[in-house]
Amino acid sequence: MKPAFFRPLELFESATSYRLLPFRFHRQDDCVLLTNEVGEFEFVDNAEFSSLVARKLERGDTYNSLKAKHFLSDGDVRVPLELLATKVRTKREFLSGFTRLHIFVVSLRCDHTCPYCQVSRVTQDRNRFDMSVDTANKAIDWVFSSPAPEMKVEFQGGEPTLNWPLVEHIVVAVEARAALETRHIDFVLATNLSALDDRVLAFCREHRIHLSTSLDGPMDLHNANRPRPGRDSYERFKTNLSRARAELGHDQVSALMTTTPASLGRVKEIIDEYVSLSFDSIFLRPISPYGFAKRTGLDHSYGAQTFLAFYREGLEYIIELNRRGVPFIEAYAQIILRKILTPFSVGYVDLQNPAALGTGVVVYNYDGDVYASDEARMLAEMGDKSFRLGGVSDRYEDVMSSPRLQRWAESSCLEAMPGCSECAYLPYCGSDPVQNWATQGDTVGHRPTSEFCARQTGLFEYFFDVLRNGDEFTRKLFLAWASM
Amino acid sequence: MAALVGTEDLSGYLAVISEEGGPRSLSVPLVHGVSIAHLDDRDIVHINRRGYVRTVIRNQSVSNSLFATDRCNSLCLMCSQPPRETDDRAKVAELTRIVGLMDPATKELGITGGEPTLLGEGLLEIIATCKARLPNTALHILSNGRRFWYSSYARKLAAVEHPDLMVGIPVYSDIDSLHDYVVQAKGAFDETIIGLQNLARFDVPVEIRVVIQRHTAPRLPELAEFIYRNLTFASHVAFMGLEITGFAKANLDQLWIPPEDYRVGLEAAVTRLATAGLNVSIYNHPLCSLPESLWSFSRQSISDWKNEFPPECEPCEVRPSCGGFFAWNLNHPQACKVRPVTTESLRSTAS
Ligand code: SF4
Ligand code: SF4
Repeated sequence: MKPAFFRPLELFESATSYRLLPFRFHRQDDCVLLTNEVGEFEFVDNAEFSSLVARKLERGDTYNSLKAKHFLSDGDVRVPLELLATKVRTKREFLSGFTRLHIFVVSLRCDHTCPYCQVSRVTQDRNRFDMSVDTANKAIDWVFSSPAPEMKVEFQGGEPTLNWPLVEHIVVAVEARAALETRHIDFVLATNLSALDDRVLAFCREHRIHLSTSLDGPMDLHNANRPRPGRDSYERFKTNLSRARAELGHDQVSALMTTTPASLGRVKEIIDEYVSLSFDSIFLRPISPYGFAKRTGLDHSYGAQTFLAFYREGLEYIIELNRRGVPFIEAYAQIILRKILTPFSVGYVDLQNPAALGTGVVVYNYDGDVYASDEARMLAEMGDKSFRLGGVSDRYEDVMSSPRLQRWAESSCLEAMPGCSECAYLPYCGSDPVQNWATQGDTVGHRPTSEFCARQTGLFEYFFDVLRNGDEFTRKLFLAWASM
Repeated sequence: MAALVGTEDLSGYLAVISEEGGPRSLSVPLVHGVSIAHLDDRDIVHINRRGYVRTVIRNQSVSNSLFATDRCNSLCLMCSQPPRETDDRAKVAELTRIVGLMDPATKELGITGGEPTLLGEGLLEIIATCKARLPNTALHILSNGRRFWYSSYARKLAAVEHPDLMVGIPVYSDIDSLHDYVVQAKGAFDETIIGLQNLARFDVPVEIRVVIQRHTAPRLPELAEFIYRNLTFASHVAFMGLEITGFAKANLDQLWIPPEDYRVGLEAAVTRLATAGLNVSIYNHPLCSLPESLWSFSRQSISDWKNEFPPECEPCEVRPSCGGFFAWNLNHPQACKVRPVTTESLRSTAS
């Protein structure tokens, strides 16, 4: 066959100049980070950025990459817009189905008196602080009023095992109804493990209930953070952790840590503790500004920069562990990396845009009040019921279509929030009107003085720096975490 | 097939092929004096009026394909079956008839061309026949995907509800103009990408095929990222080496790129997609042309009858798992450089 005549590449290139598609940017020392609505990103150097916005960027690698990622378009704009639309739908998939997380506060009673705890009570007064069967039944009706085909029911407290018969009642009732309506429900029990008896374990095994527990670090730190009579929180935790794993399976028990002032400087020990108890991940969480934490002044005990230094040291130590062949994950990094590196929606209610209030999560308090988030009921325990949605006797439909809820949703759209609307990190961030209210006195909040924003900004800067300049091992590790 | 002796009852036979010579008068057409040693029970042959006998389906082969048409709406630089403008109005009847004759135990069947979707509704008819007559046969359609820009066509394909069907569609670049250049059709990229999205919308499984040649090699990691972000739904992504036949042979100087020049990019692309959980394969690459980290993605993809190894492969220890070469690639010295893998060579690259 003779060489065929082919038309040259130039003939296939657009003759018209390009137009910009929506994006946000963040100037760094030697480059500019561009991000778009669906979380794709590109670094360009300062000169390229200037030509880009002046519509003078020449064709070449940068031009091509920006075109492929839909930052600019030089052809039929319908196609990039259609692809962007599909990607927005994928990224916002968490909105479909409506309320997916339902938290039952079955008791406010607890055997611990943690200084950072938002809500618990040490008391024997069952009548005042336990949820009643009647309240639970009405709350179950709420759960099934949400159209979501897959949901999660989480038991919180206080210490929910102190009102165990009610937990059993709820699980059995929910399962029966889910089977009838062909829905899938996962159960999570948030417990400090100290009251874990055979009955609880047997039931959890039979009904595949996941345990979410708390571990703050090595024995002295854990016991100092989590006082209980006998000062044996750690010992009980350790013993019951092995029992729970043996009964339920290793992966059925996870742990959360809270960073208190006493944790600062000890991040490696904390991580080592998790590794030695063969957990495969840790969630390095800052203290939340609610409840007793606020009352005791703990929330102001360290600022965003202190936390960031703590977090970075911890994360770098975890990366080092992985390099040495110990697979271990930091959970918050994983959430953020999923947002940055995958096209998928991340259903983590504490970092959602718009906020998950009501639409993503509902809390049924022990007394029958319904709150828009876990933080909202913590605030209520301090006397501020601003985020009370109503009571279990109200109709789900009425509450979910109430102007108040709509207002929260609107005022928690980052795209419409001052400071956030132009932030390059917006596609990966979330908003929390409750936290803004609690710390700054209004739901919209003020970004320049927001500790949350300072922390988020610091984290995003760090992750993007690693993605751009980090060594190959770390970048591959981050990709792997994002994809798990 | 029956040995032809005298004047047996030929009812049920459409024609007779004989190795023996000499005309005879039979009640059905006769082709005589041809070799039939290569034919097997349940093979399907096509005989034209001038006595040409063409094997259409080889029952023992796992790579049977129906050639839907010679026509195409693209003109890829490296097309291995360059399109021809022909009259294919009789094709649908012919192919549905072949499907009707095939062994229902057939595992896989391809539909290729040309561009099969140019048969329009006819292609859907063929697929529906496959569903009815060969319900256990996996169907693999090779298409440029451009026709699926019309969502109604994608919807109709989905409506056939074939239980095991996959459409393999090439995407050559993350850049529209480059893809359009490779397929020599302006606007093809847009049509193909929207076509893929339409198929996904109607739950038709798709495979993305990337042929690596000099124009597509430089942006493999970027292409992988594009696929991950925009075509996440792909059931399979295949990175393929060049088959030096058809246009690829005629244009070899413009198209050929030695695998060592793109192995870094290929490794990045494949690892990115595989880490993200996509199903990735590498086709048409001998193992010694790939970094070891990619060996597990390499498939022995070349159809049995096209597959060969040069004599230099003799000492190679990984030959049993190597995909080897297209027979015709071996005529081109630049395209068949091998580096036999031995325990020693592995040890030296590892250190
Ligand atoms: S909270 Fe801060 S980091 Fe997050 S989107 Fe708003 S401005 Fe950006
Ligand atoms: S030397 Fe031959 S058999 Fe060995 S990997 Fe290369 S092509 Fe395959």
